[in-house]
Amino acid sequence: MDRSLVTAAVLFGLLLAMPFLLPLIGSAYLSGLIIKAMLLAIAAISLDLLIGRGGMISLGHAAFVGVGAYATAIALENGVDDIFLLLLITLAVTGLTALVSGSLALRTSGLYFLMITLAFGQMIYFTLTSLAAYGGDDGLTLWSLATVFGSNVLQGGNGLYYLVLGTLFATWWGVYRISRSRFGRVLRAARDNPERAEVMGYPVVRFRLIAYLIAAMIAGVSGLLLVQHAEFVSPALATWQRSGDLIVVIVLGGLATRNGAILGAFFIVIVEEVLGSFIHEWRLIYGPLLVLMVLFAKGGISHLLMPKGAKGYAS
Amino acid sequence: MSTTLFLILCLNGLQYGMLLFLIAAGLTLVFGVMGFINLAHGVQYMVGAYLAFAYVQLTGSFMLAVILSLVTALILGLLLEYFIFRHLYNRDHLDQVLATFGIIIFLNELAKVIFGPATLSIAPPEFLSGSIQLTETLRYPIYRFVTIFAGLVVALGLYLTISFTRIGMLIRAGATSAEMVSALGVNIQRLFMIVFGVGAMLAGFAGVIAAPIFAIEPGMGDNILIVAFVVIITGGMGSIGGAFFAALLVGLIDTLGRSLATEILSTVFNPSFANQIGPALASMLIYILMAAILVFRPKGLLPAKGVS
Repeated sequence: MDRSLVTAAVLFGLLLAMPFLLPLIGSAYLSGLIIKAMLLAIAAISLDLLIGRGGMISLGHAAFVGVGAYATAIALENGVDDIFLLLLITLAVTGLTALVSGSLALRTSGLYFLMITLAFGQMIYFTLTSLAAYGGDDGLTLWSLATVFGSNVLQGGNGLYYLVLGTLFATWWGVYRISRSRFGRVLRAARDNPERAEVMGYPVVRFRLIAYLIAAMIAGVSGLLLVQHAEFVSPALATWQRSGDLIVVIVLGGLATRNGAILGAFFIVIVEEVLGSFIHEWRLIYGPLLVLMVLFAKGGISHLLMPKGAKGYAS
Repeated sequence: MSTTLFLILCLNGLQYGMLLFLIAAGLTLVFGVMGFINLAHGVQYMVGAYLAFAYVQLTGSFMLAVILSLVTALILGLLLEYFIFRHLYNRDHLDQVLATFGIIIFLNELAKVIFGPATLSIAPPEFLSGSIQLTETLRYPIYRFVTIFAGLVVALGLYLTISFTRIGMLIRAGATSAEMVSALGVNIQRLFMIVFGVGAMLAGFAGVIAAPIFAIEPGMGDNILIVAFVVIITGGMGSIGGAFFAALLVGLIDTLGRSLATEILSTVFNPSFANQIGPALASMLIYILMAAILVFRPKGLLPAKGVS
């Protein structure tokens, strides 16, 4: 059996059991931390669809998290609090944003794509800071949260935890299915050799645009959940440094692997927490750690967990 | 809108543009010659500003601080090249993004640890601190004139070096085909190191001359790095001339936009709406410019010859 499936089973098993284990340790703080890691993982998985599977290095992906979060927050402020309706709004707004920016950005590729996604990310960031009615630069604290059929079970505690876990599972499973489908194979072909894919009759740009839309919408959903968890939004969600953090997560975890994004997300959150508890200036260690990882540990955490001999280029 | 205000804005735009050019010059050369994407270039600008602050504290002389800062920035650039960047030239862009992102995180935090999170400032040197009477109603600080002049001198120097010297010829050849240059017996490793060191020094120089004008703070290089990227994309990657004109263009658009966007919008829309979207639109202008360039003229305004 595939080793990565075992890893995934262990991971999700642990996450499922966590709400029963945590009271034994007695820590609500820890559960917040796990939710944070899971939210990071959801956004990272969606970015992996772009970078890992599609070879499109975007440096503006966090902007979609911001768009999703703000779409949700603004709808909440205006009295919409049904979670299904909120989901619909979030998907529509992020999808539309991605359709416009994606159709322009995908006219370029490679380094130019990186730059243009960065530019769109900055535009979105500045748009968010200009929403004076919704907090502007300072962000917005939300006094009402999403409900499901009028009930507030999803507003905290185990309800929220399992909502995030369920979304993480769905994203993990969905993106893996997508990458294994015919669509995913075309995307991969276009990553490795766009001219050849084009010559074989596949409209490369259209395939990439669809992947871009899917990735943006998933990131938007993670923004929705983030609002529900943090009860707060701010434009800081959409800065380019956040997009950089997402890239760090998927590269450390292992690009285009089954569990890479999840492992990377938990690794980052744990490192931040552990290093941060030793010294306040943990970034002094984290920065060089990144550099060393790039120089010496190519392939990410997923590679370290793989059996010897199976360490080819992950597909 | 008075002519005086407009003139001041144009001068500020020029001065900002010169600063951008100093940063973008190194970035575009490093990219053009080595195909290397260096996110840590902005942090070298921050390092320059902090070095200037430290050396002014230490020596009490601004001019001495400028020289010492330049030397230190150059050495730092060479060390980074030797220990880290050199090993990344043949890696894909993703690795380069990640490693240089790590350097940003480290240096930003280091600045915070050494100098504290608060903003610092230094005074311009005594003999440059006055202002010049331009017209009857307009005075403009000498120091800002000097920064414009310094930018022009560097631009001219770079232009002459790249067009007429042997090393400039090698840089141009390296941008077209580094492998071929290497095959012809040129020590390409050393050429890369020189280009990188000079690029780091120019970014540091920009930081030094910006120190008396802007606030010195951790992370000050992060945003200007993105603007420098806008400049090199707009001008054409690897092109010094392109970087120069694009830097001035971006500097002017940004400065004028920030002051005039609200005013112009309020002639069409109602004032409260204009007040709300004016500032956001102003900060977006340069990104809109860059996106438009990428879509309609992907090679930039003045593309370098031979860069693919």
